[in-house]
Amino acid sequence: MFRSIAEWFEAAEGRGSSLPVAVLRAEEKETGAAGDQIRERIRETLAVMRAAVDEGLGSSEESPTGLTGGRAKRLAEGAPSLLGAAFSAMLSRAIATLEVNARMGLIVAAPTAGAAGVVPAVLFTLEGSRGWSPDELVDGMLVAGGVGAVIAHRASIAGAGGGCQAETGSAAAMAAAAVTYLEGGTPEQVGQAVAFTLQGMLGLICDPVAGLVEIPCAYRNATAAVQATAAAELALAGLEFPIPADEVIDVMGEVGRKMDVRYRETALGGLAATPAGQEIARRAGMSELVELQRRGSTAGEGSARFGPS
Amino acid sequence: MARLFDILGPTMVGPSSSHTAGACRLGLLARAILGGTPERALIGLHGSFSMTGEGHGTKRAIVGGLLGFQPDDPRLRESFAEAGEAGLEYEFEAIELGEDAHPNSARLEVELGAERTRIVGSSIGGGRVRLDRIDGFDVRVTGSLPTLVVLADDVPGTIALITGMLADNGLNLATMQVDRTGRGERALMTIEADHEIPETLVAELGEQDWVHWMRRISAWA
Repeated sequence: MFRSIAEWFEAAEGRGSSLPVAVLRAEEKETGAAGDQIRERIRETLAVMRAAVDEGLGSSEESPTGLTGGRAKRLAEGAPSLLGAAFSAMLSRAIATLEVNARMGLIVAAPTAGAAGVVPAVLFTLEGSRGWSPDELVDGMLVAGGVGAVIAHRASIAGAGGGCQAETGSAAAMAAAAVTYLEGGTPEQVGQAVAFTLQGMLGLICDPVAGLVEIPCAYRNATAAVQATAAAELALAGLEFPIPADEVIDVMGEVGRKMDVRYRETALGGLAATPAGQEIARRAGMSELVELQRRGSTAGEGSARFGPS
Repeated sequence: MARLFDILGPTMVGPSSSHTAGACRLGLLARAILGGTPERALIGLHGSFSMTGEGHGTKRAIVGGLLGFQPDDPRLRESFAEAGEAGLEYEFEAIELGEDAHPNSARLEVELGAERTRIVGSSIGGGRVRLDRIDGFDVRVTGSLPTLVVLADDVPGTIALITGMLADNGLNLATMQVDRTGRGERALMTIEADHEIPETLVAELGEQDWVHWMRRISAWA
């Protein structure tokens, strides 16, 4: 795949091909798979994403902790829809996937399981109203994949590596780029959408309560979907973020590397280490974790056991 | 470098790409290097794997991987029961691999009959993994490419012979790592190729008297 957004766009321009085709060619070259096979596998991937959303929306079953499960359904059925029905539908779709994920259901990590709700929520909410065809949706996924691969190379897509900005931030940037491309945006506007997304998610920490991919993850997926659509809207309107996407991605990488380990998926800081968070962890039977959270909060240093990745 | 379906995937049983899918893949690699379903496994969990693994199904995922279940196999949820049926005895321990170790790391010591191997690996995000050690040798194995692991005498010309055989079969090397116990002793070579490594090549290599042990690992999709 590509080392930078700029390299990707140059490759597309040089061959006179579109952004998704450039991703397809790069993947063909790296794996030896044929373009048709790759597109077919994306269709299968989309089917799994869709099934997870449907399963989550149709279920009132709670996760073993009771922290998630059934919330997506409640939201879908009882939201005030302040910005219209599509808005609340998008939020509920994002939460639905994370609820299925929390009970060990089948999902697509895009780019990670903890951020699996963002791309499907955005794409499946807009595909109907914007009239995208199934083939166009595959193109959108290729664009999303191109963005994610660049972020994985330049920064990180893992909470342990760069906090939640690396997970839901990356997912939102992928979704924003897909929407911008599918709505007829130029490559420059696709890059703008990535920059507009990430500038608003820099510094977001990964602080899973009781170390579980539930809270705040399910709700962060919902708000990341909002960030993605907002960024696409700004980019498609022709607004310009003056820092190029690659440079914003690099900042995200730098912030992630400097982020204290307590805020990188260890569950030793942030919301996880609050009194309420500790109580939830204790009820979930994680007394060793609670002990470490307490020591961390009094000593002012996270456990040295968790070195930077 | 990440491939497309590392980013748009893996399709997996939740809840965590690093703690569940990646953990499963570490189990799959240990199984592949051992050469079958282990009868015994001692599984050491380091850092975040040890700390937050419980709620992520990390233990179930590693055991499932040792049984040969892929990350999207729903049997991962019930892998402890499946292990009983498959005759796999397992034990977990919290381990400390030092500050330089990736926070999501594990050490797997597995046995099958007279075969025994010990791997140390990490789950580096999005379900991708990296093996750092096999039986004390430094290695570089990701599982995302067809891989050959060869334990050979540390004598001149072995690397040239192996790479020559790969070239004769039209295989392009993606990565190669060699580590040895000492001068003139034994060396472990790990080779990642761009295409599937043919059985004939493995058989040919197996006939060399300087080759002590060898494993071919298929890449996951």
